[in-house]
Amino acid sequence: MAVLVVADHSGGTLADGTARTITAALELDATVDVLVAGEHAQSVAEQAAALNGVNRVRICEDAAYAHQLAEPMATLILSIIDEYSAVMAPGSTQGRDVLPRVAAVLDVAQLSEITRVIDKNTFERPIYAGNVMATVACDESTQVITVRTTAFEPAASGQSALIEAVPAPETPVAARFVEESVVRSERPELGSAKVVISGGRGVGSAEGFKLLEKVADELNAAIGASRAAVDAGYVPNDYQVGQTGKAVAPDLYIAVGISGAIQHWAGMKDSKVVVAINRDEDCPMIQTADYALVADLFDALPELEEGLAQLKAQ
Amino acid sequence: MKILVTVKRAVDYTVRVRPLTDGSGVDIANAKMSMNPFDEIALEQAVQLKEAGVADEIVAVSIGNSGSQDVLRSALAFGADRALLVQTDAVLEPVAVSRILAKITADEAPQLVLMGKQAIDDDASQTPQMLAARMGWAQGTFACGLTMGDAEVTVVREVDGGTQTLALPLPAVVSVDLRLNEPRYLKLPDIMKAKRKPLEVQPLEEMGVDVGTKTRITHYAEPPERKPGVRVQSVSELIDRLVNEAKVL
Repeated sequence: MAVLVVADHSGGTLADGTARTITAALELDATVDVLVAGEHAQSVAEQAAALNGVNRVRICEDAAYAHQLAEPMATLILSIIDEYSAVMAPGSTQGRDVLPRVAAVLDVAQLSEITRVIDKNTFERPIYAGNVMATVACDESTQVITVRTTAFEPAASGQSALIEAVPAPETPVAARFVEESVVRSERPELGSAKVVISGGRGVGSAEGFKLLEKVADELNAAIGASRAAVDAGYVPNDYQVGQTGKAVAPDLYIAVGISGAIQHWAGMKDSKVVVAINRDEDCPMIQTADYALVADLFDALPELEEGLAQLKAQ
Repeated sequence: MKILVTVKRAVDYTVRVRPLTDGSGVDIANAKMSMNPFDEIALEQAVQLKEAGVADEIVAVSIGNSGSQDVLRSALAFGADRALLVQTDAVLEPVAVSRILAKITADEAPQLVLMGKQAIDDDASQTPQMLAARMGWAQGTFACGLTMGDAEVTVVREVDGGTQTLALPLPAVVSVDLRLNEPRYLKLPDIMKAKRKPLEVQPLEEMGVDVGTKTRITHYAEPPERKPGVRVQSVSELIDRLVNEAKVL
């Protein structure tokens, strides 16, 4: 039996997390189909069809899927689920919203945010803020799985799989879309950036985050934040890295003014190199980082910006 | 209008949980336990709706061992009117929890179910969506704003890249995120008053709900450990090491 991957997309672009979910799906089964639902989704379907390893793309274009809300999405997935032994989605806010509805109707347990496919029935996922890795055996009739996308490389593109239409089932009782406020940033996406610079309570204000932005400009980095910085209102919630925010795994993670609570580590501990800049030499972030600089961030950040600019000029 | 709020007793967020050395479980026998922080936010929202005259009854529900009576007493001190504990020593998968909650929701017939977006122990973030699906209701997950209307509840959701606003026909399930509100501190008179509020205990076995699943955790392990790091003395040393040693610049 095959695996169905539910595509995540917005603004006509397939999310990077989908390409990573396909990699996880291919470890589970050789036959991977991708479901693309949207009001106008042809270009997204073509992007999905280009990803190596995809067997075919199933497209459903209907106004009901304009915002990919959970109720119609779950109904659509359920209308074709009999053809699959597993359904997977990225562990994005989208995937986390939709898949549990599918699992509930099938009355099967769901696996959230797997980090490894061990074999056809065995997976690994973090629990307790990533302090414990659980090996989970799943023998459900249909496996319903969201994927911690940072744990898998994105599938490369180059092929051109078949694109087939799926009829839209009748829409159930559903939420009504009112509006959305999505900030389109010039910066790389937090979940897939090679470099992330994050600020914590120590940054002190929204104004203080401007210093991080300048360094981020030099590094082409995404900007993140600790929960404390979000709580304090310095930055929006979707900057949040940690157990209750996003998980990131860049090549370089720079934590500025972040004490390094276990909840924050849960979201960035898979980063290849971690740098901490903090005045408090006893804080966990300084203690655990690969490179720790005990310094006032308001002195260190402008210096870092200048040093990186010089490096680029060389 | 009646609101149902679910509360879970979880290991306190300050505790660093470790697996047992033989990998058969986690070492939490003596760990401090608290109400799941997101459930406090759900309760606070319910109490604010009651204070605003929108809700007239708040029922708090928990599923767990007898220790969960403590978090239900806290829920009553917050302002819930009555509490129900479905008592079991078993550790349940979210899908099993959703079966139990669906039965309670059908019996209680609330207009709104408020739940934390995830519990900080299993980090599953599934139960609210599963309950909504079982009831055939609309859902508003990861809420950072909530406004009750006559026939709809308007929910502002935290989504990747920003926020999204949805109107849900009632009854509905809403799961709450951290920016929704700041839970109040419990005052001693409220804690005293809570002791006289009704707390019903129902053994799970008497509910006639099958809580079995074909999913189980077979091993618990430590995450891979990081190598010890180095202290750098200056920004220039930091840049030098990132370029020449770590090779990430």
